[in-house]
Amino acid sequence: MTPTTTPAPQPPTPSQTVGPFYGYALPFTGGGDIAPPGHPDTLTLHGRVLDGAGQPVPDAIVEAWQPAPDGSRTGAPGSLRRDPVTGAVIGRDTVTFTGFGRVPTDADGHYTLRTLPPGGVAYISLAVFARGLLHHLHTRAYLHDAGPLGDDALLAGLSPVRRATLITTSDGPRVHRFDIRLQGGDEHEETVFLDFG
Amino acid sequence: MTVPGSMTTPLTQATISTEITGSREHYARHLADGGSARTHPDRAYPPYRSSLLRHPKQPLVAVRDPEMVELSGPAFGVTDITDLDHDLTRQHQGEPLGERITVTGRVLDRDGRPVRGQLVEIWQANASGRYAHQRDQHPAPLDPNFTGVGRCLTDDQGGYRFVTVKPGAYPWRNHDNAWRPAHIHFSLFGTAFTQRLVTQMYFPGDPLFPYDPILQSVTDDRARERLVAAYDHERSVPEWSLGYHWDIVLDGPAATWTEEGH
Repeated sequence: MTPTTTPAPQPPTPSQTVGPFYGYALPFTGGGDIAPPGHPDTLTLHGRVLDGAGQPVPDAIVEAWQPAPDGSRTGAPGSLRRDPVTGAVIGRDTVTFTGFGRVPTDADGHYTLRTLPPGGVAYISLAVFARGLLHHLHTRAYLHDAGPLGDDALLAGLSPVRRATLITTSDGPRVHRFDIRLQGGDEHEETVFLDFG
Repeated sequence: MTVPGSMTTPLTQATISTEITGSREHYARHLADGGSARTHPDRAYPPYRSSLLRHPKQPLVAVRDPEMVELSGPAFGVTDITDLDHDLTRQHQGEPLGERITVTGRVLDRDGRPVRGQLVEIWQANASGRYAHQRDQHPAPLDPNFTGVGRCLTDDQGGYRFVTVKPGAYPWRNHDNAWRPAHIHFSLFGTAFTQRLVTQMYFPGDPLFPYDPILQSVTDDRARERLVAAYDHERSVPEWSLGYHWDIVLDGPAATWTEEGH
């Protein structure tokens, strides 16, 4: 190992696309099932990832990160919990809330996450990766029923049309629809993507 | 290639190479005009044709809220890893074909601090340049003893280590006669979700570098060089494996308070 030295600023490593062949590496069993099974507060967040022509992106991968319902932001290990006999990923332990989820889109560009309401904030943070996307994108799914969203500084700074791309729509009780449009077109607005500096 | 009246004209390497040169010249002018150096690829990079419909056209919206959730991030631990995960040559009954290598390095944040206890995931083609993936139709042999997937957690110095075989180059369909240089895909987490990184590690001296629009999408010469591992003879193991070394620096802000938890 390189000897430990006093930390000094380092030039970052560039991003490269996730490509099309991450299938055995990144998706894992139960990746979208962040909520413990059967939890009464479970909400569904789902939608499609779409390109600039409005076509589904069938080889995207969506990651979610959020606080626990009590507002804690430490997360917890165990999203990729393993079977000690076979080494296979067997899913979370059904008790721990890890706060992290990861789902590949299907052939129709669709993804589904099942989680619990984030504590203290109205949004679930999302990262999107895809073939053709040289650097992943961050966005947020603001839950439409999470209370008044008017106080949120990010939302308040956007035009109504842009703001709407960050807010889920109701797709039934406790079901939130959130499409991610990587690029705007004639008939649809591009999702707002975020830069954290 | 350019027969008049032909139904389709193949997109040639010459066309792509001209575009790559054009992007590089555009970036050189940006620097000459006093612009700042850019680490990451422009998401709109025409030589990589798949980027055309998959990049946002509107500028990203800056968020600088010190209370934002993205300054924290997912945690991983002993339940997420097994002892065999870091050794891609021991995941099947037999040994994979190819040149056995080790890839070691450290994961640092942009202040140079080690990223400890975080998940590193890799995936790659086999020695023949074929991925274990239904959609990879390259007629090179699959290796029944190689899946090409590894994971580990970084140690207290931010160190990681994988044992694998050197991946082969492979063709793809960006343009006629397009070949990817040999590479290993890496996925990395920092202490904050803002630091998330997916990238690719390349091998030194690969003659395919100048032809590849994915590597060349990093238009800054020094940044692009940071994607290339170093061969390190000291890390080669006699009668066993060749050693490559590659340090990774995560971009993006990290909350200072997260340090207390580590």
